[in-house]
Amino acid sequence: MKDFSIVGQSVPRNDGRAKATGTAVYTDDIKLPGMLHGKILRSPFPHARILHIDTTRAAALPGVKCVIVGEDTPKIKYGNWRLFPDTQDEYPLAIDKVRFIGDEVAAVAAVDADTAEEALGLIKVDYEELPGVFDIDSSIKEGAPVLHDYCPSNISVNRKIHYGDIDKAFAESDYVREDIFTVHAVSPAYLEPCAAVAQCDLDGRITLWTSTQVPYIIQCLLASTMNMRENDIRVIKPFVGGGFGGKMELRTWEFCAAFIAKKTGRPVKFTLTREEEFLAGRRRHGMKLYSKVGFKKDGTLTGKDLKIYLDGGGYNAMGPTATFLCGTFGAMLYRYPNYRFLGQHVYTNKPPASAMRGFGAPQSLFATETQMNIAAEELGIDPIELRIKNAQVTGDKIPDVATISSCGFIEALQKAAEMSGWKEKRRSPKPGQGIGIGCYSFISGGVFNWFNTQYPFSAAEVRVFTDGTAHLLTMAADIGQGCDTVLKQILAEELGLKMEDIRITSADTAVTPQADLGAWGSRLTMMNGNAVVQAAKKIKAKLFGAVSAKQNLNVIHELDCKDGKVFPKGRPERGISFGDAVALVQKANRGEPIVERGYYTPRDKGLVTPAFSFGAQIAEVDVDPDTGFVKVKKFWTAHDCGTVINQMAVEGQLEGSIQMGLGYALSEQFVMQGGKTLNPNFLDYKMPNAMDVPPSEVAHIHTYEPEGPMGAKEAGEGLAIPTAPAIAAAVHHATGYRCKDLPITPEKILAGKRQ
Amino acid sequence: MKQVIVLNVNGEPYTVAVYPWQTLNEVLREEINLTGVKFGCGSGDCGACTVMVDGRAVSSCLTLAIEMQGKEIMTIEGLAPSGETLHPIQESFVEKGAIQCGFCTPGMEMAALNLLKNNPTPSDYEIREALAGNLCRCTGYKKIIEAVGVAGQKMKEASERKTS
Repeated sequence: MKDFSIVGQSVPRNDGRAKATGTAVYTDDIKLPGMLHGKILRSPFPHARILHIDTTRAAALPGVKCVIVGEDTPKIKYGNWRLFPDTQDEYPLAIDKVRFIGDEVAAVAAVDADTAEEALGLIKVDYEELPGVFDIDSSIKEGAPVLHDYCPSNISVNRKIHYGDIDKAFAESDYVREDIFTVHAVSPAYLEPCAAVAQCDLDGRITLWTSTQVPYIIQCLLASTMNMRENDIRVIKPFVGGGFGGKMELRTWEFCAAFIAKKTGRPVKFTLTREEEFLAGRRRHGMKLYSKVGFKKDGTLTGKDLKIYLDGGGYNAMGPTATFLCGTFGAMLYRYPNYRFLGQHVYTNKPPASAMRGFGAPQSLFATETQMNIAAEELGIDPIELRIKNAQVTGDKIPDVATISSCGFIEALQKAAEMSGWKEKRRSPKPGQGIGIGCYSFISGGVFNWFNTQYPFSAAEVRVFTDGTAHLLTMAADIGQGCDTVLKQILAEELGLKMEDIRITSADTAVTPQADLGAWGSRLTMMNGNAVVQAAKKIKAKLFGAVSAKQNLNVIHELDCKDGKVFPKGRPERGISFGDAVALVQKANRGEPIVERGYYTPRDKGLVTPAFSFGAQIAEVDVDPDTGFVKVKKFWTAHDCGTVINQMAVEGQLEGSIQMGLGYALSEQFVMQGGKTLNPNFLDYKMPNAMDVPPSEVAHIHTYEPEGPMGAKEAGEGLAIPTAPAIAAAVHHATGYRCKDLPITPEKILAGKRQ
Repeated sequence: MKQVIVLNVNGEPYTVAVYPWQTLNEVLREEINLTGVKFGCGSGDCGACTVMVDGRAVSSCLTLAIEMQGKEIMTIEGLAPSGETLHPIQESFVEKGAIQCGFCTPGMEMAALNLLKNNPTPSDYEIREALAGNLCRCTGYKKIIEAVGVAGQKMKEASERKTS
């Protein structure tokens, strides 16, 4: 393994001090002179036609400066799948029809938030209620109410994958297992509610500060919905209080802030309430999964036939990506010589589901992993042995998807078994206790260009100065996961500088290089990291040339930079300082500053991702025999993220994933009735707190990913996958109750035990 | 009708005109510009808005500003008044990786202060219990719990140095 100076260290966050002292500015903290405050009027009905909207009384309320409805806007649909305009099914404000409770109908801007809120109550909307559909089965039934005229079947996306001969595979199998799984919707529940502030300058150009994961996507889609040019929109991402997938699309308040700012000439701020976030916010897809797998007697997998329906809610949002990915993930982890997948994205009259940590994988792999555990039991093979027998390894090809260029899955399985004392605990469990396993694989960013960007996927600009410092500019969005710190680390490592020598400017679309697709799909370390490395290499080529010439080095000498010096390898005493090397290059170019750019776009890497992470997680649980209450005693995780760039950050991702996975498995759910969310607050939406999270142990499996910067790949998103299947397996081990419909609740456990 | 009141915040008196229904959170953020105080839910469930009032942690989103006259209010901005040095709690949060998105951090640090000022050597259970009213979606709490333990040690050592 290569010897690194800063890469691999637990470097504290770049912005830790600002956040610890409360000086970090989030979008809602921004206050501009003359700023108006906006509020959104939302539909009270899950499905209705808008007959008429009367805003007269609202507009007449003293303090109200602007009221807009859909008809006032350019009426241009948007959606992240620009490559397929048919999928763009949403207007910033509803035109003619509303499709879920909370669908946005009108917006008000007033001198303060209270006045804007009061004005909402004065807008009169005449609706004609329509029958709604609230689950997958009733939505796809013949004659079901149709949500979108363009889509009479209510199935908006179809995705098929097929390789091998699945029917033959099943015919030749010794054991075939068929199950139906249902998984529920959960909320990303980031702590910072969405907010946006817009300002329009005298030339009519817009600056938008917004709590987003995707500044570039917002810039483009805001431009198209406003009917403006992209370069006339500047998007700045202030500090963002978490996203987890929920902030990766253009949203109504961003459009309304910009539109009203342009209309009134005054800055406008919208901040959502927590209730709005829960009632109408994006969520992870609920799904219904039909999975059939075949095995030989010795446990060798023969094939899988997977059909998944996604409960999409009223609009596509990021549903198309989730539909593609749940099919891709269905073929991951194990070697399926034959595979067939059909994914269908189904409209329902509920808040749209979208991206959330794992992007289709937590659902798809819950089915995979649970079925693997069932099969192991029925075949009489240890669940870990069965996995090792079928595990993907480095070099494996997945047809139409990718070649796995690094894979530490088997090592992870072995390590997790060893750390947890698997064999002994599995063989002789104590009463009420159980141990179970779940595994994951995840992507390091996406390859498929659904956004149809005309720029590289990631870009970085590096400027170096004669005082021995550097400035990194990138559109990459740090939303708390820590990419500002990690990208600085990568640059510091390449240039031989210290963290404090590097200034970073990030996520401002007017000053950072075009472009970056944003913080999703665990893409930034891999993709933006590669762009940073490329820019740094160009800088080094310039410095090395100048130092070679100055020192009259033989052409066979290679140079290096480390500890703030540039020197011939093997002769560090002949080095000069980094700043002096920069000065030399500048002197040779009549003072021209050194600025270099690096780019990364995955090419010839299949259709899905340039690199996959892998891992295994084991959970040990205690189940109360009388109440069915599950207490997770401990987690053991072994994961392969390639080279660890920042140990503390990777651990933080893992520990955060456990909190989210625990909630997904046991406590978090939307209680819905006729399209209405009945638990729109943190008291009733039960997210694990500090008392709930059990101790955990982690092992990093060391692999080197050839496509990644310094051998790194995905960390943190994939880890949201294994927790639910691991807990489900442990609960089964403890009680005999096999969960096939998440979440695992005490009621289900007690009912299951009685059966 | 607005009423003029004086709020003592971080050792400074602020004269502000408030409506009787305005919360302490709104007045701190909007009138006094102390935006380190966060607003996460408005119903006292998430803890992001936690401030100290007369030495006790309270949810500023559930507290009326008008009732706060004559009380000593401390926000995150008052924790390390010099601006150059960090309070041991802040220092530990930074060093231990207890911060990711940072939105829960100010409230979390206030909850930690509420615990540590009376009990600088809490058990793991006591720390978890003290933080149970503060939600975090990023960290899984593990590094926060560690940071609070380390901060307690630091505070204890500092006070022992002072007394010796």
